[in-house]
Amino acid sequence: MMQIQCPYCGVRDENEFLCGGSSHLARPTLDATDRAWGEYLFFRDNPKGVHLERWRHAQGCGRWFNVARSTVTHEIFAIYGMTEAPPDLARL
Amino acid sequence: MAAGMPMKYSAWGLLRGALTGHRNWAPAWREAAPKPRYDVVIVGGGGHGLATAYYLAKNHGISNVAVIERGWIGGGNTGRNTTIVRSNYLYPESARLYDFSLTLYENLSRELNFNIMLSQRGLVLLAHSRHDLDAMSRWANAMRMNGIAADLLTREQVGELAPALDLSPRARLPILGGFIQRRGGTARHDAVAWGYARAASRLGVDIVQNCEVRGFIDEGGRAVGIETNLGPIRAERFGIAAAGHSSVLAKLAGFRLPVTSYALQALVSEPIKPLLDTVILSPGTGAYVSQSDKGEMVIGAMLDLFPSYAQRGSFAVGQAIVAATLAMFPAFSRLRMLRQWAGIVDVVHDSSPIIGATPNPSIFINCGWGTGGFKAIPVGGWTLAHVLATGRNHPLAEAFQLERFSSGRLIDEAAASGIAH
Repeated sequence: MMQIQCPYCGVRDENEFLCGGSSHLARPTLDATDRAWGEYLFFRDNPKGVHLERWRHAQGCGRWFNVARSTVTHEIFAIYGMTEAPPDLARL
Repeated sequence: MAAGMPMKYSAWGLLRGALTGHRNWAPAWREAAPKPRYDVVIVGGGGHGLATAYYLAKNHGISNVAVIERGWIGGGNTGRNTTIVRSNYLYPESARLYDFSLTLYENLSRELNFNIMLSQRGLVLLAHSRHDLDAMSRWANAMRMNGIAADLLTREQVGELAPALDLSPRARLPILGGFIQRRGGTARHDAVAWGYARAASRLGVDIVQNCEVRGFIDEGGRAVGIETNLGPIRAERFGIAAAGHSSVLAKLAGFRLPVTSYALQALVSEPIKPLLDTVILSPGTGAYVSQSDKGEMVIGAMLDLFPSYAQRGSFAVGQAIVAATLAMFPAFSRLRMLRQWAGIVDVVHDSSPIIGATPNPSIFINCGWGTGGFKAIPVGGWTLAHVLATGRNHPLAEAFQLERFSSGRLIDEAAASGIAH
Protein backbone atom coordinates (compact mmCIF):
# COMPACT_ATOMS: atom_id res chain seq x y z
CA MET A 1 0.00 0.00 0.00
CA MET A 2 1.29 3.44 -0.93
CA GLN A 3 1.86 5.94 1.86
CA ILE A 4 1.00 9.42 0.63
CA GLN A 5 2.12 12.59 2.39
CA CYS A 6 -0.91 14.88 2.41
CA PRO A 7 0.57 18.41 2.63
CA TYR A 8 -2.15 19.31 5.15
CA CYS A 9 -2.65 16.12 7.23
CA GLY A 10 0.64 14.23 6.99
CA VAL A 11 1.34 10.64 5.91
CA ARG A 12 -1.77 8.52 5.31
CA ASP A 13 -2.62 5.22 3.59
CA GLU A 14 -3.39 5.19 -0.12
CA ASN A 15 -7.05 4.26 0.37
CA GLU A 16 -7.79 7.65 1.95
CA PHE A 17 -6.99 9.31 -1.39
CA LEU A 18 -8.41 9.55 -4.90
CA CYS A 19 -6.27 10.08 -7.97
CA GLY A 20 -7.62 12.81 -10.25
CA GLY A 21 -5.45 12.06 -13.29
CA SER A 22 -2.83 14.16 -15.07
CA SER A 23 -1.90 17.64 -13.83
CA HIS A 24 -0.94 20.74 -15.76
CA LEU A 25 -3.40 20.23 -18.64
CA ALA A 26 -3.96 23.62 -20.26
CA ARG A 27 -7.59 24.25 -21.20
CA PRO A 28 -7.81 25.48 -24.79
CA THR A 29 -9.52 28.74 -25.65
CA LEU A 30 -13.21 28.73 -26.65
CA ASP A 31 -12.40 28.97 -30.36
CA ALA A 32 -10.38 25.73 -30.21
CA THR A 33 -10.90 23.21 -33.01
CA ASP A 34 -12.72 19.94 -32.29
CA ARG A 35 -9.39 18.18 -32.57
CA ALA A 36 -7.68 20.45 -30.03
CA TRP A 37 -10.66 20.10 -27.67
CA GLY A 38 -10.61 16.30 -28.05
CA GLU A 39 -6.87 16.30 -27.34
CA TYR A 40 -7.46 18.28 -24.17
CA LEU A 41 -10.34 16.11 -22.95
CA PHE A 42 -9.12 12.63 -23.82
CA PHE A 43 -5.53 12.29 -25.05
CA ARG A 44 -2.88 11.71 -22.39
CA ASP A 45 0.88 11.08 -22.27
CA ASN A 46 0.21 8.05 -20.03
CA PRO A 47 3.95 7.72 -19.35
CA LYS A 48 5.70 4.57 -18.20
CA GLY A 49 7.84 6.41 -15.68
CA VAL A 50 7.34 9.65 -13.75
CA HIS A 51 3.77 10.99 -13.96
CA LEU A 52 2.64 14.39 -12.68
CA GLU A 53 -0.83 13.85 -11.27
CA ARG A 54 -3.49 15.29 -8.97
CA TRP A 55 -4.57 13.58 -5.80
CA ARG A 56 -7.32 14.46 -3.36
CA HIS A 57 -7.35 13.53 0.31
CA ALA A 58 -10.96 12.40 -0.08
CA GLN A 59 -11.30 10.66 3.31
CA GLY A 60 -9.39 13.39 5.12
CA CYS A 61 -9.17 17.13 4.57
CA GLY A 62 -10.69 16.87 1.08
CA ARG A 63 -8.02 19.07 -0.46
CA TRP A 64 -6.23 18.62 -3.78
CA PHE A 65 -2.47 18.59 -4.34
CA ASN A 66 0.03 17.47 -6.99
CA VAL A 67 2.23 14.37 -6.92
CA ALA A 68 5.20 13.32 -9.05
CA ARG A 69 5.08 9.52 -8.93
CA SER A 70 6.59 6.62 -10.87
CA THR A 71 3.92 4.55 -12.62
CA VAL A 72 6.32 1.59 -12.61
CA THR A 73 7.50 1.45 -8.98
CA HIS A 74 4.78 3.74 -7.48
CA GLU A 75 7.60 5.66 -5.75
CA ILE A 76 6.64 9.25 -4.96
CA PHE A 77 9.34 11.79 -5.81
CA ALA A 78 7.66 15.08 -5.02
CA ILE A 79 4.46 16.52 -3.59
CA TYR A 80 3.60 20.13 -4.41
CA GLY A 81 0.72 22.58 -4.39
CA MET A 82 -1.99 22.83 -7.03
CA THR A 83 -0.73 26.15 -8.36
CA GLU A 84 2.98 25.41 -8.08
CA ALA A 85 5.15 24.73 -11.11
CA PRO A 86 6.07 21.06 -11.62
CA PRO A 87 9.49 19.93 -10.40
CA ASP A 88 12.27 19.46 -12.94
CA LEU A 89 11.65 15.90 -14.22
CA ALA A 90 15.27 15.48 -15.28
CA ARG A 91 16.35 15.85 -11.65
CA LEU A 92 13.90 13.32 -10.22
CA MET B 1 4.94 -34.44 -42.20
CA ALA B 2 8.09 -32.34 -42.10
CA ALA B 3 10.19 -32.56 -38.96
CA GLY B 4 9.35 -29.90 -36.45
CA MET B 5 5.94 -29.15 -37.99
CA PRO B 6 3.14 -29.36 -35.47
CA MET B 7 0.92 -32.40 -35.96
CA LYS B 8 -2.85 -32.29 -36.24
CA TYR B 9 -4.37 -33.10 -32.88
CA SER B 10 -6.92 -35.91 -32.72
CA ALA B 11 -8.19 -38.60 -30.38
CA TRP B 12 -5.95 -41.08 -32.21
CA GLY B 13 -2.95 -38.76 -31.80
CA LEU B 14 -3.65 -38.42 -28.10
CA LEU B 15 -3.82 -42.20 -27.72
CA ARG B 16 -0.58 -42.62 -29.66
CA GLY B 17 1.04 -39.93 -27.51
CA ALA B 18 -0.08 -41.74 -24.36
CA LEU B 19 1.15 -45.14 -25.58
CA THR B 20 4.60 -43.71 -26.29
CA GLY B 21 4.86 -42.08 -22.88
CA HIS B 22 4.22 -38.55 -24.22
CA ARG B 23 7.84 -38.37 -25.38
CA ASN B 24 7.17 -37.65 -29.05
CA TRP B 25 5.05 -34.49 -29.09
CA ALA B 26 6.30 -31.88 -31.54
CA PRO B 27 6.35 -28.24 -30.40
CA ALA B 28 2.95 -26.64 -31.03
CA TRP B 29 4.45 -23.72 -32.92
CA ARG B 30 7.75 -22.78 -34.52
CA GLU B 31 9.97 -20.29 -32.72
CA ALA B 32 11.46 -17.93 -35.30
CA ALA B 33 14.39 -15.52 -35.57
CA PRO B 34 13.26 -12.33 -37.27
CA LYS B 35 13.83 -11.89 -41.00
CA PRO B 36 14.97 -8.44 -42.16
CA ARG B 37 11.67 -7.71 -43.94
CA TYR B 38 7.98 -8.66 -43.74
CA ASP B 39 4.73 -7.56 -45.31
CA VAL B 40 3.23 -6.97 -41.87
CA VAL B 41 4.75 -6.83 -38.40
CA ILE B 42 2.43 -7.20 -35.40
CA VAL B 43 3.78 -5.72 -32.17
CA GLY B 44 2.42 -7.65 -29.21
CA GLY B 45 2.20 -11.45 -28.90
CA GLY B 46 -0.90 -11.69 -26.77
CA GLY B 47 -4.23 -13.08 -27.89
CA HIS B 48 -5.09 -10.05 -30.03
CA GLY B 49 -1.72 -9.95 -31.81
CA LEU B 50 -1.63 -13.68 -32.46
CA ALA B 51 -5.25 -13.68 -33.66
CA THR B 52 -4.42 -10.78 -36.00
CA ALA B 53 -1.55 -12.76 -37.51
CA TYR B 54 -3.74 -15.85 -37.90
CA TYR B 55 -6.57 -13.98 -39.65
CA LEU B 56 -4.09 -12.11 -41.88
CA ALA B 57 -2.90 -15.48 -43.15
CA LYS B 58 -6.26 -17.27 -43.08
CA ASN B 59 -8.67 -14.59 -44.32
CA HIS B 60 -6.36 -12.48 -46.48
CA GLY B 61 -3.60 -14.84 -47.63
CA ILE B 62 -0.89 -12.63 -46.12
CA SER B 63 1.53 -14.95 -44.33
CA ASN B 64 4.78 -13.02 -44.63
CA VAL B 65 4.02 -11.77 -41.14
CA ALA B 66 5.92 -11.56 -37.86
CA VAL B 67 4.48 -11.29 -34.36
CA ILE B 68 7.00 -9.49 -32.16
CA GLU B 69 6.67 -10.11 -28.42
CA ARG B 70 8.79 -8.41 -25.76
CA GLY B 71 8.40 -11.30 -23.29
CA TRP B 72 6.74 -14.62 -24.05
CA ILE B 73 3.49 -15.09 -25.95
CA GLY B 74 0.37 -14.83 -23.85
CA GLY B 75 2.41 -13.55 -20.90
CA GLY B 76 0.71 -10.15 -20.59
CA ASN B 77 -2.99 -9.63 -20.08
CA THR B 78 -3.84 -12.86 -21.95
CA GLY B 79 -2.21 -14.73 -19.07
CA ARG B 80 -3.55 -12.38 -16.40
CA ASN B 81 -7.28 -12.17 -17.02
CA THR B 82 -10.23 -14.02 -15.53
CA THR B 83 -11.16 -15.82 -18.80
CA ILE B 84 -14.75 -14.54 -19.04
CA VAL B 85 -16.46 -14.45 -22.45
CA ARG B 86 -19.75 -12.59 -22.99
CA SER B 87 -21.46 -10.13 -25.31
CA ASN B 88 -23.85 -8.34 -22.93
CA TYR B 89 -23.28 -4.78 -24.11
CA LEU B 90 -25.75 -1.93 -24.46
CA TYR B 91 -25.21 -0.22 -27.82
CA PRO B 92 -25.75 -1.77 -31.27
CA GLU B 93 -22.15 -1.13 -32.39
CA SER B 94 -20.74 -2.91 -29.34
CA ALA B 95 -23.33 -5.70 -29.44
CA ARG B 96 -22.39 -6.53 -33.05
CA LEU B 97 -18.68 -6.41 -32.26
CA TYR B 98 -18.71 -8.52 -29.10
CA ASP B 99 -21.30 -10.99 -30.33
CA PHE B 100 -19.27 -11.65 -33.48
CA SER B 101 -16.37 -12.39 -31.12
CA LEU B 102 -18.43 -14.81 -29.06
CA THR B 103 -19.64 -16.50 -32.25
CA LEU B 104 -16.02 -16.97 -33.36
CA TYR B 105 -15.19 -18.37 -29.91
CA GLU B 106 -18.02 -20.89 -30.27
CA ASN B 107 -16.29 -22.50 -33.25
CA LEU B 108 -12.68 -21.76 -32.30
CA SER B 109 -11.61 -25.15 -30.91
CA ARG B 110 -12.63 -26.79 -34.19
CA GLU B 111 -11.20 -24.04 -36.37
CA LEU B 112 -7.82 -23.98 -34.61
CA ASN B 113 -7.72 -27.75 -33.93
CA PHE B 114 -6.89 -26.75 -30.36
CA ASN B 115 -9.20 -27.22 -27.39
CA ILE B 116 -9.78 -23.76 -25.94
CA MET B 117 -12.08 -25.33 -23.32
CA LEU B 118 -14.93 -22.94 -24.02
CA SER B 119 -17.54 -23.45 -21.31
CA GLN B 120 -20.79 -21.58 -21.93
CA ARG B 121 -21.93 -21.91 -18.36
CA GLY B 122 -23.84 -18.64 -18.38
CA LEU B 123 -23.03 -15.27 -16.88
CA VAL B 124 -25.33 -13.97 -14.15
CA LEU B 125 -25.47 -10.33 -13.08
CA LEU B 126 -26.91 -9.68 -9.64
CA ALA B 127 -29.38 -6.94 -8.78
CA HIS B 128 -29.21 -5.70 -5.19
CA SER B 129 -31.78 -2.92 -5.24
CA ARG B 130 -34.96 -1.78 -6.95
CA HIS B 131 -32.78 0.49 -9.09
CA ASP B 132 -30.52 -2.41 -10.06
CA LEU B 133 -33.62 -4.35 -11.16
CA ASP B 134 -34.73 -1.46 -13.37
CA ALA B 135 -31.24 -1.02 -14.79
CA MET B 136 -31.00 -4.73 -15.56
CA SER B 137 -34.39 -4.79 -17.27
CA ARG B 138 -33.13 -2.01 -19.47
CA TRP B 139 -29.83 -3.82 -20.03
CA ALA B 140 -31.44 -7.17 -20.91
CA ASN B 141 -33.96 -5.40 -23.16
CA ALA B 142 -31.16 -3.56 -24.96
CA MET B 143 -29.45 -6.90 -25.57
CA ARG B 144 -32.65 -8.43 -26.94
CA MET B 145 -33.19 -5.41 -29.18
CA ASN B 146 -29.71 -6.15 -30.54
CA GLY B 147 -30.65 -9.78 -31.15
CA ILE B 148 -28.69 -11.25 -28.23
CA ALA B 149 -30.56 -13.54 -25.85
CA ALA B 150 -30.80 -12.46 -22.21
CA ASP B 151 -33.20 -13.56 -19.48
CA LEU B 152 -34.26 -11.71 -16.38
CA LEU B 153 -34.02 -13.79 -13.21
CA THR B 154 -35.99 -13.69 -9.98
CA ARG B 155 -34.22 -14.05 -6.66
CA GLU B 156 -35.34 -17.70 -6.53
CA GLN B 157 -33.94 -18.40 -9.99
CA VAL B 158 -30.61 -16.86 -9.00
CA GLY B 159 -30.64 -19.13 -5.95
CA GLU B 160 -31.21 -22.21 -8.09
CA LEU B 161 -28.27 -21.28 -10.33
CA ALA B 162 -25.90 -20.48 -7.46
CA PRO B 163 -27.06 -21.80 -4.09
CA ALA B 164 -23.79 -20.78 -2.43
CA LEU B 165 -24.78 -17.11 -2.70
CA ASP B 166 -26.02 -15.36 0.42
CA LEU B 167 -29.71 -15.05 -0.50
CA SER B 168 -30.92 -13.95 2.91
CA PRO B 169 -32.70 -10.59 3.19
CA ARG B 170 -30.19 -9.67 5.90
CA ALA B 171 -27.22 -9.87 3.53
CA ARG B 172 -25.05 -6.74 3.36
CA LEU B 173 -26.34 -6.29 -0.20
CA PRO B 174 -29.49 -8.45 -0.47
CA ILE B 175 -30.00 -10.18 -3.82
CA LEU B 176 -33.32 -9.25 -5.44
CA GLY B 177 -32.81 -10.84 -8.84
CA GLY B 178 -30.63 -10.39 -11.86
CA PHE B 179 -30.22 -11.47 -15.44
CA ILE B 180 -28.30 -14.07 -17.36
CA GLN B 181 -26.60 -14.34 -20.72
CA ARG B 182 -26.61 -18.11 -21.14
CA ARG B 183 -24.08 -18.07 -23.99
CA GLY B 184 -21.56 -16.32 -21.74
CA GLY B 185 -19.00 -18.31 -19.80
CA THR B 186 -15.29 -18.98 -19.71
CA ALA B 187 -12.51 -20.23 -21.98
CA ARG B 188 -8.98 -21.36 -21.26
CA HIS B 189 -6.87 -18.23 -21.71
CA ASP B 190 -3.51 -19.90 -22.42
CA ALA B 191 -5.15 -22.23 -24.94
CA VAL B 192 -6.51 -19.25 -26.85
CA ALA B 193 -3.01 -17.75 -27.18
CA TRP B 194 -1.34 -21.09 -27.96
CA GLY B 195 -4.08 -22.18 -30.35
CA TYR B 196 -3.82 -18.99 -32.39
CA ALA B 197 0.00 -19.15 -32.25
CA ARG B 198 0.02 -22.73 -33.50
CA ALA B 199 -2.49 -22.07 -36.26
CA ALA B 200 -0.69 -18.90 -37.38
CA SER B 201 2.68 -20.65 -37.27
CA ARG B 202 1.31 -23.46 -39.48
CA LEU B 203 0.30 -20.84 -42.04
CA GLY B 204 3.85 -19.45 -42.14
CA VAL B 205 3.74 -16.63 -39.58
CA ASP B 206 6.97 -16.00 -37.65
CA ILE B 207 6.53 -15.71 -33.89
CA VAL B 208 9.48 -13.90 -32.32
CA GLN B 209 9.72 -13.85 -28.53
CA ASN B 210 12.04 -11.78 -26.30
CA CYS B 211 12.06 -9.08 -28.95
CA GLU B 212 11.44 -5.57 -27.67
CA VAL B 213 10.56 -2.66 -29.94
CA ARG B 214 12.84 0.30 -29.15
CA GLY B 215 11.78 2.65 -31.89
CA PHE B 216 10.19 3.07 -35.31
CA ILE B 217 12.26 3.77 -38.42
CA ASP B 218 10.67 6.77 -40.08
CA GLU B 219 10.86 7.79 -43.74
CA GLY B 220 8.98 10.95 -44.59
CA GLY B 221 6.48 10.64 -41.76
CA ARG B 222 5.80 6.96 -42.44
CA ALA B 223 7.03 4.05 -40.35
CA VAL B 224 9.03 1.65 -42.53
CA GLY B 225 10.64 -0.46 -39.83
CA ILE B 226 11.17 -1.07 -36.16
CA GLU B 227 14.35 -1.04 -34.13
CA THR B 228 14.51 -3.99 -31.76
CA ASN B 229 17.03 -5.67 -29.48
CA LEU B 230 17.34 -8.28 -32.29
CA GLY B 231 18.11 -5.64 -34.90
CA PRO B 232 15.99 -3.66 -37.33
CA ILE B 233 12.94 -5.27 -38.99
CA ARG B 234 11.28 -3.59 -41.95
CA ALA B 235 7.69 -3.97 -43.06
CA GLU B 236 5.00 -2.38 -45.23
CA ARG B 237 2.53 -2.08 -42.37
CA PHE B 238 2.52 -2.40 -38.61
CA GLY B 239 -0.19 -3.51 -36.23
CA ILE B 240 0.04 -2.59 -32.55
CA ALA B 241 -1.79 -4.89 -30.15
CA ALA B 242 -0.10 -4.06 -26.87
CA ALA B 243 -2.99 -3.35 -24.45
CA GLY B 244 -1.66 -1.45 -21.43
CA HIS B 245 1.57 -0.62 -23.24
CA SER B 246 -0.14 0.97 -26.27
CA SER B 247 0.81 4.50 -25.15
CA VAL B 248 4.47 3.48 -24.84
CA LEU B 249 4.52 2.27 -28.46
CA ALA B 250 2.50 5.26 -29.65
CA LYS B 251 5.08 7.55 -28.06
CA LEU B 252 7.87 5.75 -29.95
CA ALA B 253 5.89 6.35 -33.14
CA GLY B 254 5.30 10.01 -32.26
CA PHE B 255 1.62 10.20 -31.37
CA ARG B 256 -0.62 10.03 -28.30
CA LEU B 257 -3.69 7.96 -27.49
CA PRO B 258 -6.80 8.61 -25.36
CA VAL B 259 -5.64 5.79 -23.07
CA THR B 260 -4.71 5.58 -19.41
CA SER B 261 -3.04 2.43 -18.09
CA TYR B 262 -4.28 0.95 -14.83
CA ALA B 263 -3.56 -2.24 -12.90
CA LEU B 264 -6.49 -4.65 -12.78
CA GLN B 265 -6.03 -7.39 -10.24
CA ALA B 266 -7.47 -10.83 -9.81
CA LEU B 267 -6.95 -13.73 -7.47
CA VAL B 268 -7.49 -17.46 -7.37
CA SER B 269 -8.13 -19.73 -4.42
CA GLU B 270 -6.97 -23.22 -3.64
CA PRO B 271 -8.99 -25.80 -5.62
CA ILE B 272 -12.18 -26.97 -3.96
CA LYS B 273 -14.99 -29.35 -4.88
CA PRO B 274 -17.52 -28.21 -7.51
CA LEU B 275 -19.54 -25.37 -6.00
CA LEU B 276 -20.31 -22.86 -8.72
CA ASP B 277 -21.12 -23.85 -12.31
CA THR B 278 -21.91 -20.39 -13.63
CA VAL B 279 -20.24 -16.97 -13.56
CA ILE B 280 -21.58 -14.55 -10.94
CA LEU B 281 -20.96 -10.84 -11.37
CA SER B 282 -22.22 -8.22 -8.96
CA PRO B 283 -21.96 -4.60 -10.06
CA GLY B 284 -23.11 -3.69 -6.54
CA THR B 285 -20.27 -5.33 -4.63
CA GLY B 286 -17.87 -4.84 -7.52
CA ALA B 287 -16.64 -8.43 -7.65
CA TYR B 288 -17.22 -11.43 -9.90
CA VAL B 289 -16.51 -15.09 -9.34
CA SER B 290 -16.28 -18.28 -11.37
CA GLN B 291 -14.86 -21.72 -10.64
CA SER B 292 -12.13 -23.02 -12.93
CA ASP B 293 -12.12 -26.59 -14.22
CA LYS B 294 -9.34 -27.28 -11.71
CA GLY B 295 -11.68 -26.20 -8.91
CA GLU B 296 -10.11 -22.85 -8.06
CA MET B 297 -12.40 -19.92 -7.39
CA VAL B 298 -11.33 -17.20 -9.85
CA ILE B 299 -12.12 -13.74 -8.51
CA GLY B 300 -11.86 -10.39 -10.21
CA ALA B 301 -13.05 -6.91 -9.33
CA MET B 302 -12.29 -3.22 -9.52
CA LEU B 303 -9.32 -1.32 -10.88
CA ASP B 304 -6.57 0.22 -8.83
CA LEU B 305 -7.70 3.72 -9.77
CA PHE B 306 -4.37 5.42 -10.37
CA PRO B 307 -2.12 5.11 -13.45
CA SER B 308 0.19 2.12 -13.19
CA TYR B 309 2.44 -0.13 -15.26
CA ALA B 310 3.45 -2.20 -12.24
CA GLN B 311 1.60 -5.48 -13.04
CA ARG B 312 0.76 -5.86 -9.37
CA GLY B 313 -2.30 -4.70 -7.52
CA SER B 314 -2.33 -2.70 -4.32
CA PHE B 315 -3.20 -4.32 -1.02
CA ALA B 316 -6.00 -1.79 -0.43
CA VAL B 317 -7.92 -2.94 -3.52
CA GLY B 318 -7.10 -6.59 -2.84
CA GLN B 319 -8.75 -6.20 0.54
CA ALA B 320 -11.82 -4.59 -1.05
CA ILE B 321 -12.10 -7.47 -3.54
CA VAL B 322 -12.04 -10.06 -0.77
CA ALA B 323 -14.64 -8.10 1.22
CA ALA B 324 -16.88 -7.84 -1.86
CA THR B 325 -16.56 -11.57 -2.53
CA LEU B 326 -17.43 -12.48 1.06
CA ALA B 327 -20.48 -10.21 0.91
CA MET B 328 -21.77 -12.51 -1.86
CA PHE B 329 -20.34 -15.85 -0.69
CA PRO B 330 -19.93 -15.89 3.11
CA ALA B 331 -18.90 -19.56 2.89
CA PHE B 332 -15.62 -18.51 1.26
CA SER B 333 -14.37 -16.96 4.51
CA ARG B 334 -12.14 -19.98 5.19
CA LEU B 335 -10.89 -20.23 1.62
CA ARG B 336 -7.17 -19.71 1.12
CA MET B 337 -5.98 -17.68 -1.85
CA LEU B 338 -3.17 -19.21 -3.89
CA ARG B 339 -2.23 -16.41 -6.23
CA GLN B 340 -2.92 -12.73 -6.74
CA TRP B 341 -1.74 -10.74 -9.73
CA ALA B 342 -2.52 -7.75 -11.94
CA GLY B 343 -2.52 -6.94 -15.62
CA ILE B 344 -2.06 -3.47 -17.09
CA VAL B 345 -5.24 -2.48 -18.89
CA ASP B 346 -5.71 0.28 -21.45
CA VAL B 347 -8.73 2.25 -20.29
CA VAL B 348 -10.45 4.68 -22.66
CA HIS B 349 -13.03 7.26 -21.58
CA ASP B 350 -15.96 5.52 -23.24
CA SER B 351 -14.80 1.98 -22.32
CA SER B 352 -14.83 1.03 -26.01
CA PRO B 353 -11.94 -0.13 -28.16
CA ILE B 354 -9.96 1.58 -30.89
CA ILE B 355 -9.38 -0.57 -34.00
CA GLY B 356 -7.95 1.14 -37.05
CA ALA B 357 -5.74 3.92 -38.38
CA THR B 358 -3.34 6.07 -36.36
CA PRO B 359 -1.74 9.43 -37.27
CA ASN B 360 1.08 7.38 -38.85
CA PRO B 361 -0.10 6.08 -42.26
CA SER B 362 1.57 2.66 -41.95
CA ILE B 363 0.68 1.97 -38.30
CA PHE B 364 -2.70 0.51 -37.28
CA ILE B 365 -3.78 -0.13 -33.73
CA ASN B 366 -6.01 -2.40 -31.70
CA CYS B 367 -6.31 -1.09 -28.14
CA GLY B 368 -8.64 0.38 -25.55
CA TRP B 369 -10.34 -2.88 -24.56
CA GLY B 370 -9.59 -1.88 -21.00
CA THR B 371 -10.84 -4.40 -18.49
CA GLY B 372 -12.46 -6.69 -21.07
CA GLY B 373 -9.98 -7.64 -23.78
CA PHE B 374 -10.04 -11.41 -23.47
CA LYS B 375 -13.60 -11.87 -24.74
CA ALA B 376 -12.72 -9.71 -27.75
CA ILE B 377 -9.60 -11.56 -28.91
CA PRO B 378 -11.20 -13.20 -31.98
CA VAL B 379 -12.91 -10.04 -33.23
CA GLY B 380 -9.94 -7.83 -32.33
CA GLY B 381 -7.71 -10.02 -34.48
CA TRP B 382 -10.30 -10.32 -37.25
CA THR B 383 -10.86 -6.57 -37.61
CA LEU B 384 -7.22 -5.48 -37.19
CA ALA B 385 -6.20 -8.04 -39.83
CA HIS B 386 -8.87 -6.64 -42.14
CA VAL B 387 -7.64 -3.05 -41.95
CA LEU B 388 -3.97 -4.15 -42.22
CA ALA B 389 -4.72 -6.22 -45.31
CA THR B 390 -7.14 -3.95 -47.14
CA GLY B 391 -6.42 -0.47 -45.79
CA ARG B 392 -10.15 -0.13 -45.07
CA ASN B 393 -11.92 -0.46 -41.77
CA HIS B 394 -13.90 -3.63 -41.20
CA PRO B 395 -17.62 -2.67 -40.98
CA LEU B 396 -17.67 -3.97 -37.38
CA ALA B 397 -14.82 -1.59 -36.48
CA GLU B 398 -16.10 1.47 -38.35
CA ALA B 399 -17.54 3.08 -35.21
CA PHE B 400 -14.42 2.39 -33.14
CA GLN B 401 -11.96 4.85 -34.66
CA LEU B 402 -9.64 7.37 -32.98
CA GLU B 403 -11.65 10.03 -34.83
CA ARG B 404 -14.52 9.67 -32.36
CA PHE B 405 -12.55 11.52 -29.69
CA SER B 406 -12.75 14.74 -31.70
CA SER B 407 -16.15 14.17 -33.35
CA GLY B 408 -17.72 13.37 -29.97
CA ARG B 409 -19.34 10.18 -31.30
CA LEU B 410 -18.39 8.17 -28.21
CA ILE B 411 -19.84 4.73 -27.50
CA ASP B 412 -20.10 4.83 -23.75
CA GLU B 413 -20.12 1.27 -22.46
CA ALA B 414 -18.99 2.12 -18.92
CA ALA B 415 -22.18 0.60 -17.54
CA ALA B 416 -21.71 -2.69 -19.39
CA SER B 417 -17.97 -3.05 -18.89
CA GLY B 418 -18.73 -4.97 -15.71
CA ILE B 419 -15.89 -3.39 -13.74
CA ALA B 420 -16.12 -0.11 -11.88
CA HIS B 421 -13.99 2.50 -13.66
